Amino acid sequence: MNVAPLSDDLRALYQETILDHAKHPRNARLVEHHTCKAQGNNPMCGDKVTVTAQVTDDGRLQAIGFEGKGCAISIASASMMTEALSGQSVADARRLFDAVHDLCTGKVEATAVKEKLAPAAADSVDKLASLSGVRQFPVRVKCATLPWHALISCLDGKGQTTTEK
Amino acid sequence: MNKSFAKPVSTFDVANIRADFPILARTVHGKPLVFLDSAASAQKPRQVIDAVTKVYSQEYANVHRGAYYLSETATANYEAAREKVRAFINARSVSEIVFTKGATEAINLVAATYGRAFLKAGDEIVLTAVEHHSNIVPWQLLRDATGCVLRIAPVSPDGSIDIAEFAKVIGPKTKLVAIAHVSNVLGTVLPVREIADLAHAVGAKIMLDGCQGIVHRHVDVQDLGCDFYVFSGHKLYGPTGIGVLWARAALLDAMPPYQGGGDMIDTVTFAKTTWAQPPAKFEAGTPPIVQAIGLGAAIDYLNSLDRIAVAEHEDALLRYAMTRLAQIPGVRLIGTAPHKAAVQSFVMEGAHPHDLATVLDRHGVCVRAGHHCAQPLMEALGVTATTRASFGLYNTMEEVDALANALVRAQEVLL
Repeated sequence: MNVAPLSDDLRALYQETILDHAKHPRNARLVEHHTCKAQGNNPMCGDKVTVTAQVTDDGRLQAIGFEGKGCAISIASASMMTEALSGQSVADARRLFDAVHDLCTGKVEATAVKEKLAPAAADSVDKLASLSGVRQFPVRVKCATLPWHALISCLDGKGQTTTEK
Repeated sequence: MNKSFAKPVSTFDVANIRADFPILARTVHGKPLVFLDSAASAQKPRQVIDAVTKVYSQEYANVHRGAYYLSETATANYEAAREKVRAFINARSVSEIVFTKGATEAINLVAATYGRAFLKAGDEIVLTAVEHHSNIVPWQLLRDATGCVLRIAPVSPDGSIDIAEFAKVIGPKTKLVAIAHVSNVLGTVLPVREIADLAHAVGAKIMLDGCQGIVHRHVDVQDLGCDFYVFSGHKLYGPTGIGVLWARAALLDAMPPYQGGGDMIDTVTFAKTTWAQPPAKFEAGTPPIVQAIGLGAAIDYLNSLDRIAVAEHEDALLRYAMTRLAQIPGVRLIGTAPHKAAVQSFVMEGAHPHDLATVLDRHGVCVRAGHHCAQPLMEALGVTATTRASFGLYNTMEEVDALANALVRAQEVLL
């Protein structure tokens, strides 16, 4: 069989880190004593991600978890999100949302990504940066941002969100 | 190429057909286009593109209005398209053919006019579990407005609709049965003749969503025994923005108008307006003139082919695809009913349909991934989404190979 080499953008999208988190998602659970909860829907594909978090009185994400069914990109993004945000302040979580959003939509140069992601711990920054592969796949951007939209709804106390806003 | 797969030889001259579809010559991401999403919308032959261009460049004016040559020509061409549709589905009269902007509008029309006029609280509408959202939501809106009740006939694990199960859902309160002719997700050809008999036995009407049926089956509305048949033009190799509602003349006469406006009236005074006769009664405003003429050209094109050979070709594509897909480790076919049209859904262990579709696209292969506007069916089948390959008359056995090979490559990327 004549097999063409895989395109670089496919390799960039489905890199090791993404597939690892997709197959072995971290914090894929309901946070038991959660203080907020929100579901994100992608009506285009039917994917759903529910984010639960326990926020302390001084505004820290004591615990954060997610449950859902989705593609490799949305599950990996959710998994890396929970990892990056555990123990972070709500303010930093919101800053990271903006950073990841800009990263996925291409609003921030690849070279400036790590700077933007600074609120996250160093090892999380590299992982989150791997989401930038979706830039070459416009219809997949919403897969990557779905759990982050759910997170913001969760922090805002809204129960539902959709990628079609 | 793996020689162990015996490729069926079709006598149908698909190369000739492909030459009629200009888009099939292009590449995607540097690969030859392998278009396996015709159930979502089919590609257009040059004959349709030319017909549309000819109207806009030489014969365009509004219809049913001007007393001048161009308007008369446009009117004649628009009404000729109606006659082509009539003959294509063997309706008794052109007055039974209502042009809409699509099948979705046609179903909404039936729900908003027939439904509101003739259904009341407690009356039952029977759907099946395989319906497209466009044959669910209009009935939910009607239910919320009238208090009628929706009942759902179940789908068997292989994607069949069991007639005995269907019979349990139908009853003396059933006033309308609204079901797909062919499932857009599973390809199942529903036993519509038998279901029509069940419906009529309890005095109910039956509407068939023919979006896939009109493409893959010979449709004779009198033979099918239905009361309403709807389909869209763009899945039948015609333009977007045009659909058809066929209904028995007596029903169209009894139904109130859908929308008010020009072209649907007899006389208008501020005190009272009287309606035009069907089909004009249901075609308020300037209709999709060029789209209707384009649909007529698509029907001419199909009539110029040996449709039995087309059907055999599509069936051979389906059988070959089912065989090749089933041989890929981890692939499970969704929809294996005995009576099927050339639509095949599947899932792959460890790979979400969206990821598959992305990788396939980079190999030039266009498939649909997701819930296919049939979320209740996904739930009934216990999946969140599927990948769907759907075939048109222009697809080839080599394209089935391309799909299978790309799936193997996808496994290398994703698993």
